[in-house]
Amino acid sequence: MCDTCGCGDPNVVSVDVHENILAVNDRTAAHNREHLDRQGILAVNLMGSPGAGKTAVLEATARALSGRRRLGVIAGDLETERDADRLRAVDVPAVAITTGTACHLDAEMVHRALHGFPTGGLDYLFVENVGNLVCPAVYDLGQAVSVVALSVTEGEDKPLKYPVMFRKADLVLLTKVDLLPHLELDVSALEAGLARVAPAASLLPLSARTAEGVSVWVDWLEARAASRPKPSGEGLGHHHEDGRGMIDAAAGSGGRSRDR
Amino acid sequence: MHEYSLVRALADRVEEEARSRQAVAVHRLTVAIGAVSGVEPALFETAFSLCREGILADAELEIRRVDAAWSCPSCGRAVPSDPPLRCAVCGEAARLSGGDELILEQIEMEVP
Repeated sequence: MCDTCGCGDPNVVSVDVHENILAVNDRTAAHNREHLDRQGILAVNLMGSPGAGKTAVLEATARALSGRRRLGVIAGDLETERDADRLRAVDVPAVAITTGTACHLDAEMVHRALHGFPTGGLDYLFVENVGNLVCPAVYDLGQAVSVVALSVTEGEDKPLKYPVMFRKADLVLLTKVDLLPHLELDVSALEAGLARVAPAASLLPLSARTAEGVSVWVDWLEARAASRPKPSGEGLGHHHEDGRGMIDAAAGSGGRSRDR
Repeated sequence: MHEYSLVRALADRVEEEARSRQAVAVHRLTVAIGAVSGVEPALFETAFSLCREGILADAELEIRRVDAAWSCPSCGRAVPSDPPLRCAVCGEAARLSGGDELILEQIEMEVP
C-alpha cells in the first residue's frame, strides 16, 4: 500500500533503504584500508588544485626520507604519466592512473592500481589525487590521512570557498612559501578561514624548493605512522573472495592502471 | 562534476532493489543530501534527469536537504555553525556531527 502520496494503490510499495549512495565505493575503500593497514603502510590521500605543488611535495618528501623510509606513489591525472615519471626519477616506485575525463579518483581505481603495484616493504603510500578542490573530497580511497596542498598563489580565501575539501583535511600544507616575499598573501586570514571550516586541521608552511618546512612535514608523517596500530604481521597477502591476488613484495613491475 | 557518477551509483542501487522485488516501475526516490556533503542538489537533479531510463524512466527524485551540525568532541555539546566553531565550555575545536551525508532513504515502486 502506498503511504507516501496516499494514492491507495495496493501495488505501490515504499521501501526504506537508508544506505549511503557511496556504499559500494566505501566498501572498496575499507578493503584498501584493511590491506594497507595489515602491511603497516601509512596511506596518504594528497589533494589540492592543479599546480598546487603536490608532486613537488612528494619529490621533497622522497629526498627527505631517502635511505630511511620507503615510499610509493599512485598518481592520478586525466592524461599523461608525467607525475609518475617525475617520482620514478627520484627512485620512488610510482604508477599513474589516467582517469580520462573523471575529475577524481575513487576507491575502485586505487584498488585496481594496487593490484599492479609492489606495496610490500613500503612505509608510506601516497595517492596523489587529480588536481581539483571539489570532487576528490567526496570519495574515500582507503587512506589513513588526508592532506591538502594549497599554494601561496591561490589566495587566502580557498578554505572558505571550498569548505568540503578543507573540512576533510587532517593537515593543510601551505606550499611555495619561498614566493611569499613577492605576494600579498594574508597568512593570518588564511588561517582564520581554515579554522572556520576545519577547526581541527593545522596549517604547515612548506617550500619544496628551499626545503623550508619539509622536516616538520616529515616529522608529522612519522608521528602519524608511529601512532597507528601495529600491523598484524600475518597474511601480508591480499584476499579476495574471487581469488584474485594483489602484488606484494618486490615482485611487481610497477604496472600501469587505466581507468575511465 | 562528480554528480553524474553519484547518480550512476544511485541508479545501480535502485535498479538492484527493484529487480529483487520484481518491480515494474519506480515512482519516487528520496535522497538526503547534507549541506557539506560536497554534492550540489541542483547538479544532482540535472544528472538524475539525464540518467533516467529503463525502470527509472518516470521516477521522481525528492531531495531532503540536511543542515550541517557541529558538536564538541570532548563534552558532546552542540556547537553553533558560525565562527569560531569551538565549544564555549571546553574550548575544543568542534567536530562535524551531521550534514555530510548522501543517503538513499526510500524508494517507492510499483510491484505486480
